Amino acid sequence: MSDLTTKTAAEIAALVAGGEASAVEVTQAHLDRIAAVDDRVHAFLHVDAEGALAAARAVDERRAAGEALGPLAGVPVAVKDVLTTKGVPTTVGSKILEGWRPPYDATIVERLRAAGTVMLGKTNMDEFAMGSSTEYSAYGPTRNPWDLDRIPGGSGGGSAAALAAYEAPLAIGSDTGGSIRQPGAVTGTVGAKPTYGGTSRYGLVAFSSSLDTPGPCARTVLDAALLHEAIGGHDPRDSTSIPQPVPDVVAAAKLGATGDLTGVRLGIVTEFAGEGAEPGVLAVFREAVDALTKLGAEIVEVSCPHFTYALPAYYLIAPSECSSNLARFDGVRFGLRVGDDGNRSLEEVMSLTREAGFGPEVKRRIMIGTYALSSGYYDAYYGQAQKVRTLISRDFTAAFAQVDALISPTTPFVAFPIGARTSDPYQMYLADLFTIPTNLYGGPGISVPCGLSDGLPVGLQVMAPTMADDRMYRVAAALESAVGTFTPPAL
Amino acid sequence: MTTTLPSYDDVVARYEPVIGLETHVELGTRTKMFCGCPTDFGGEPNTRVCPVCLGLPGSLPVANKAAVEATIRIGLALNCSIAQWCRFARKNYFYPDMPKNFQISQYDEPLCVDGYLDVEVNGETVRIGIERVHLEEDTGKTLHVGGATGRIHGATESLVDYNRAGIPLVEIVTKPIPGAGALAPEVARAYVTELRDVIRSLGVSDVRMEEGSLRCDVNTSLNLPGEEWGTRTETKNVNSLRSVERAVRSEMLRQASVLDAGGRITQETRHFHEDTGDTTPGRSKETATDYRYFPEPDLVPLAPDPAWVAELKAALPELPRLRRRRLQQEWGLSDLDMQSVVNAGAVELIEATVAAGASPAAARKWWLGELSRRANETGVELADIGATPAQVAELQRLVDAGKLTDKLARTVLEGVVAGEGSPTEVMTNRNLEVVSDTGALTAAVDEAIAANPDIAEKVRSGKVAAAGALVGAVMKSTRGQADAKSVRELILERLGVQG
Ligand SMILES: [Zn+2]
Repeated sequence: MSDLTTKTAAEIAALVAGGEASAVEVTQAHLDRIAAVDDRVHAFLHVDAEGALAAARAVDERRAAGEALGPLAGVPVAVKDVLTTKGVPTTVGSKILEGWRPPYDATIVERLRAAGTVMLGKTNMDEFAMGSSTEYSAYGPTRNPWDLDRIPGGSGGGSAAALAAYEAPLAIGSDTGGSIRQPGAVTGTVGAKPTYGGTSRYGLVAFSSSLDTPGPCARTVLDAALLHEAIGGHDPRDSTSIPQPVPDVVAAAKLGATGDLTGVRLGIVTEFAGEGAEPGVLAVFREAVDALTKLGAEIVEVSCPHFTYALPAYYLIAPSECSSNLARFDGVRFGLRVGDDGNRSLEEVMSLTREAGFGPEVKRRIMIGTYALSSGYYDAYYGQAQKVRTLISRDFTAAFAQVDALISPTTPFVAFPIGARTSDPYQMYLADLFTIPTNLYGGPGISVPCGLSDGLPVGLQVMAPTMADDRMYRVAAALESAVGTFTPPAL
Repeated sequence: MTTTLPSYDDVVARYEPVIGLETHVELGTRTKMFCGCPTDFGGEPNTRVCPVCLGLPGSLPVANKAAVEATIRIGLALNCSIAQWCRFARKNYFYPDMPKNFQISQYDEPLCVDGYLDVEVNGETVRIGIERVHLEEDTGKTLHVGGATGRIHGATESLVDYNRAGIPLVEIVTKPIPGAGALAPEVARAYVTELRDVIRSLGVSDVRMEEGSLRCDVNTSLNLPGEEWGTRTETKNVNSLRSVERAVRSEMLRQASVLDAGGRITQETRHFHEDTGDTTPGRSKETATDYRYFPEPDLVPLAPDPAWVAELKAALPELPRLRRRRLQQEWGLSDLDMQSVVNAGAVELIEATVAAGASPAAARKWWLGELSRRANETGVELADIGATPAQVAELQRLVDAGKLTDKLARTVLEGVVAGEGSPTEVMTNRNLEVVSDTGALTAAVDEAIAANPDIAEKVRSGKVAAAGALVGAVMKSTRGQADAKSVRELILERLGVQG
């Protein structure tokens, strides 16, 4: 393992800017690392070595020409396969898009290129971002670098595992119910879900439009903030994008790193206490709370009575939107087409394509969503879930009148063994118990490593008010300064 | 169907019709509803497309503000209330010409609601209630290749053109219209005509039924007097104003014959056939799709600023009905005369011709006479006949100046319509100008007198009526370009006879 792959993004950018390492050297080191370990980790679905080296060369040329480089120029980044990349395969972890090369870049991918980052390739994920373990990828599971027999979380397990395995210093994820934060937690890495609308969804293959939020993944809070700053901000191509500048997350991360949280009030949600997190997770979380207290934070308990209904509301809203969003995958214009033998009707070809192209979890959610939106059931299911969503948002608003941010364990349990929860969807859904409320509310949340339980990472989640993303970075960076970062055993 | 239909008079004597109309108008915005693709008609298939209107994974819609504005203006012109807050909704169903397999439309929160449109039928004003006006996106166009019917069943291949997918479409739905009785077909036609004129006056669409930028579905039901409204059918494929009228009439007759035979009307979609004038069943509502409408999460709600709406309202142009009243007064026409102008689709043309300098009477004479006759013969819209109001005004100027007789003017107009140029150009090129040069005319007269000494003698001896033959000879030699009256006077003068 080269020195270059263990560096943070901030360090790499400084090396490249100072001429101590070329972007090509940095990129090659990461490509070598991927070649060495990814057959065991399987974080990547597609490695674009050629494109990465070309992008790296361009950075080196710009530097040689004396051009000013941005704060992440020359830093490699892995992109979750949920974002469209022009000419580079984009599968969303599904067979139905196997071989599809989009004709356009997602806004975030454009911004990554503009920032001079180097895209290494596309990372594995649960099919259509539906899952919490990456086991629902149509291309096989990703493995957790901490223990290759365990899951790396999901749906963005590929991005998180790539960071933990030192295959990339930065990665992009997308968080609909916890798909950035939960993989961050179980791989000992940092994952931030920005405020909904704070990062563009243009080019993000939709799972649940009103919840999907792309965001940064990194090994340190500062790196996550740097990436957040590079990809965030208003995008006129996404109507739901907020027309405001990105909160100053980098400054907040630097402020937090000074280790002073004096005057900061943090809330612990009463209702999460009874939700059956593993004792080991709870123990590590309590130690982290003590650490935060020592940094000067005031800890109070706040009640968010409707959080209890978050999981059922989420499992109506997300499948409803997905049942509609995924209708376009019909074999007519792109991707897989099955049964077009000249004898079958169009409807038959559409059905056969969807039958063959979607995995069981995707089909389950399409069916739940189709049912929930059906006339006669709409009010009882989708309509009711939207009401719960409003109540949960009110809980957050009320809580943030008392405290600056909320904290919780990111996920109730550490990385579980591969196969342990695939037979019971509900057991799988529980992984997102603590992360889902934030998605329903639309505010930001970050998972930062806070310790180990039986040798496996535990994450602490910080939740902040909408467009106060800087606040969560400050708290996360402060905790990081107190507990340090966590390195998995050598692969 | 071979059942003999009852007579129309018999049907309306026994049944009461209730009609309703759903009209789709393609807006003439520069770009599509949710992306930046151009909207102009034509173009090679699938050349006016992008990730958004192709519904590619990851793409997102952004609402076209110009389309929202046009819809609000239509709503205001139809006396609707404009929603202060409303949303787009997804209408979910699978069809290959729908790129996303859902259509972005509006459901229970339309942009404009509860208005009306007054129309004239047989000199009476009928107020048509407007239920809603909403905004949505158009679908692509599917061409089914192979098979006998050109429909999806039996086709061997389906080709889809997405150029039209995503073009902004405004749907205007009337409230049910009861009480029209025998006039129901005329009311339907008058409504669509008036709606078309209103939208055209707003300049938001070219509202051409033949090109599909105005499409109309007609709902019809019959009930016995005093009983509840009957089951309605929805007739599609109604592609001209005349068809609107025919479709209602034909559906009334068909339903009456079903009811007379003790049958029941099936709630269904029917297709109108231009050639036969009758309707055949389409998709039955028994297999009705559940569209699973829900608010479009990719778009933020529309909340038109009331001040902006007030501005739009204040800036509405004079609407056709009021304009017609004003013009009728200015032109000094009777109700009946004005009606024939309206029916001929000549209001704007006459107005423009008058603006170009012609008298109202002359303008009306040309447009309702010669040009309407030609339009009817060739089956084109009067506005597309090939002569412009400016040209008609020019033609009349030539007549007024004595350069053309009425008869010659008609010949010149023929040339104008054939694309030979302006009236003056046609007159010159075809050498049709009235011979008014007295020298040339005198020479022609003298020539005629010399060639017909017997007739000349008769005239000199007092048989003035015999001069007609000489006039004819002069007209012949001048190829009709002389004014007969002047010729006659000149002949008498040359022969020394008092006229
Ligand atoms: Zn387009």
